[in-house]
Amino acid sequence: MTREQPLLARYAENLFWMARYLERVENMARLVEVTQTFESPGREAESWSALIRINADEAGFAKRGLAPTADAVKRFYLLDHDNPTSIPASLEAARTNARTLRPLISTEMWTQLNVFHRAVMAIPETELQGDRLSRLCGRIKEGVQTHTGITDGTFFRDQGWLFYQLGRLIERADQTTRLVDIRYHLLVPADNGEALRVAELTQWGGVLRAAAGYHAFRRVAPPGFTPSDVVSFLLTDTHFPRSVALCLEQIEWILGKLRSRWGLRGTVASLERVEDLRGGLLGRPVESIIADGLHIFLDHVQQDLILLAGGIGTAFFRDWPPAAEQGQVQTQG
Amino acid sequence: MQHSRPDPFADYRPDPYFCELTTGRPGDGGAAAAVRARIGAIGLEALRARAAAAEHDLINLGITFTVYSDANAIDRILPFDCIPRILTAAEWQVLEAGVKQRVAALNLFLHDIYHARRIVKEGVIPAELVFGNPNYRPEMEEFPVRFGTYVHICGTDIVRDDAGKFLVLEDNARTPSGVSYVVENRHLMSRTFPDLMAGMRLRPVDDYGLRLLSAMVEIAPVGVDDPQVVLLSPGIYNSAYFEHVFLSREMGVPLVEGADLFVEHDKVWMRTTGGSRPVHTIYRRLGDDFLDPTVFRPDSLLGVPGLIGAWRRGNVALANAVGTGVADDKAVYAYMPRLIRFYLDEEPILSNVETHICREPEGLAYTRDHLAELVVKPVGESGGYGITIGPRASSEQLEHARAALLADPANWISQPVVSLSVTPTLTEDGIRPRHVDLRPYAVTGRDTWVLPGGLSRVALRAGSLVVNSSQGGGSKDTWVLADDGPVGGLTGEVRR
Repeated sequence: MTREQPLLARYAENLFWMARYLERVENMARLVEVTQTFESPGREAESWSALIRINADEAGFAKRGLAPTADAVKRFYLLDHDNPTSIPASLEAARTNARTLRPLISTEMWTQLNVFHRAVMAIPETELQGDRLSRLCGRIKEGVQTHTGITDGTFFRDQGWLFYQLGRLIERADQTTRLVDIRYHLLVPADNGEALRVAELTQWGGVLRAAAGYHAFRRVAPPGFTPSDVVSFLLTDTHFPRSVALCLEQIEWILGKLRSRWGLRGTVASLERVEDLRGGLLGRPVESIIADGLHIFLDHVQQDLILLAGGIGTAFFRDWPPAAEQGQVQTQG
Repeated sequence: MQHSRPDPFADYRPDPYFCELTTGRPGDGGAAAAVRARIGAIGLEALRARAAAAEHDLINLGITFTVYSDANAIDRILPFDCIPRILTAAEWQVLEAGVKQRVAALNLFLHDIYHARRIVKEGVIPAELVFGNPNYRPEMEEFPVRFGTYVHICGTDIVRDDAGKFLVLEDNARTPSGVSYVVENRHLMSRTFPDLMAGMRLRPVDDYGLRLLSAMVEIAPVGVDDPQVVLLSPGIYNSAYFEHVFLSREMGVPLVEGADLFVEHDKVWMRTTGGSRPVHTIYRRLGDDFLDPTVFRPDSLLGVPGLIGAWRRGNVALANAVGTGVADDKAVYAYMPRLIRFYLDEEPILSNVETHICREPEGLAYTRDHLAELVVKPVGESGGYGITIGPRASSEQLEHARAALLADPANWISQPVVSLSVTPTLTEDGIRPRHVDLRPYAVTGRDTWVLPGGLSRVALRAGSLVVNSSQGGGSKDTWVLADDGPVGGLTGEVRR
């Protein structure tokens, strides 16, 4: 006979954030890689400063008094432990969450994260140079993927697993909107006609590769596809693991599961928000979204995801009666 | 065929100390000789390589404690020495009975001083030692605890003198730590040195968590069928956090921090995703002072406001009970043999180290006149801090100790230097004798159970007598032989 254990609200919160931070690490590595790919001779600074903008890091970057050179941006995201959006800072936060979760997560999860963390905390400057950068990004992605695989194979699937999934799916949806947005910020050569089209498609190809969706897209894309087909794929395809629509579908399933299987109250507001998000995303053709302004749309999606995460936090992580003063000192960004 | 290689024990010289491996003892079934021979066959170089791999494992697994210096927090492993320490079945029988006897006396003493106070009334122990003790808790007076158990988890620090006799150095009746290393060291040993362990008839150590959980369930408030047990930790910044993780996992109970709990209507609840859930037993790894800011330190953020109230109402059990620190005080320690006789009408199975109590004129005079020969210890400290070892101290250090002693005699006790036993330990210079102690762990709910063996801590520096992890000590696997039967044969060759 087994007994169902209640899940501490703090554990749920730590699981949610551990997953988010790790997903963020992987996506940041993808973003750096795609930026490197877009970097064209003579225009490096433009590509790299776009990365700052899509992460909304203008202020943090400016505070350091740095010129947006390729080198400075790379250091900002790969070496600067004090930048809260850097890969080392995210991994540090993930590990801190994991440390408080050690009673719950598998030893294998902890050990891998511990070793991975040590490597990332000590990335040498030379790894940022030339072809080494993309290999470094590859290793970081692989570190998170290893974590994901170990988690899939070893982490007990009670409600804790559901909160873990919620965190990574919300982060993943958010990151995919940022990846799509990166293209918006990039300047296309002021050329015209066929050259422009080719340049554009090359760049979208890079985005697709960064999202690990290039080949899948080729399989489902119509011949003579256009950039809006790529946007549609990344945002609305419900078979592509990193699409916003698939993330939302899974989030909805998880919230339902928390309610039906684990009897948790307080899922309704979040479920309704997911419905609204999906409606906004799938309710009209992507062409019309693009026509109205893709950047603004993506911004809204990001805002809604923040509200969704906040709603989940209010329902399950905090504000437990009667201690409203419950001093949460969490490591969240 | 194996090459003959130099015997790593060839220049091992434990004299004049008792050696835990090489001093011959009856009833070890050839275990010590087998360990020596097998280490010889492995060879020093391979031994070092495997020891290094084992320590690397500990880092990766995060089996670490945290040392804080200034602003830095550094995760350190407890250095692991791969040469095991062996206790025969007969030796263990004495140790186990002795530890049980002491735990029984400690619990009876605590019950007595918080109730009838017979021991004080009959003049066995001075009143001021008990009631003037900062760890005496008036809140505990007339408060009943289940089975009369105050000290649910006890760590007894034991050393061995040059004649091989076991002596108790101190009792740890508050929140003794280190038991996780006992179990982890065994796992590490099995992984790294299966060839050293083959055929050894050892008592297992893995059931500590289950035993602990059973005790926690036993002490839960009367009438609770399926009690919710939790482990209360100060959190990830505590130096023993790994152990808290270990124990909560082994028990299968949540590791909670103060903010996860709250008290309402004198009951303790924990905040879960599904709302509040009742808590019935708390194994707390938090000092008395921090448990409840409404009763003890008001500035403590680690505890749970109202916890003591809920406890006094009998709605939650605490392990260990509040106020046990008065029993493991170094000054009260000196009276332990008398306490055992008084409460149990038995002779102590394990002796104390001879102890001079400086609050008493004779003790102070003796200590003052023999400072250079004695170990002087403050009564309130733990972790090996503030100790002066006379024969090792410079004249400056001795004067410093003398000044501290005379300024506040009641804060000090002194003991002769015990010639601590040694154990072969792998060092940079080869296998060398290093001083060692032993901390068995006793778990008490309704009855007392003692984990076979305990933590053997070694002083890694040559000649050092301080084995505490915070002072550079290491640890090793402690083998308790199940019986005196012969060691089984090696299956397969020793791996190099």
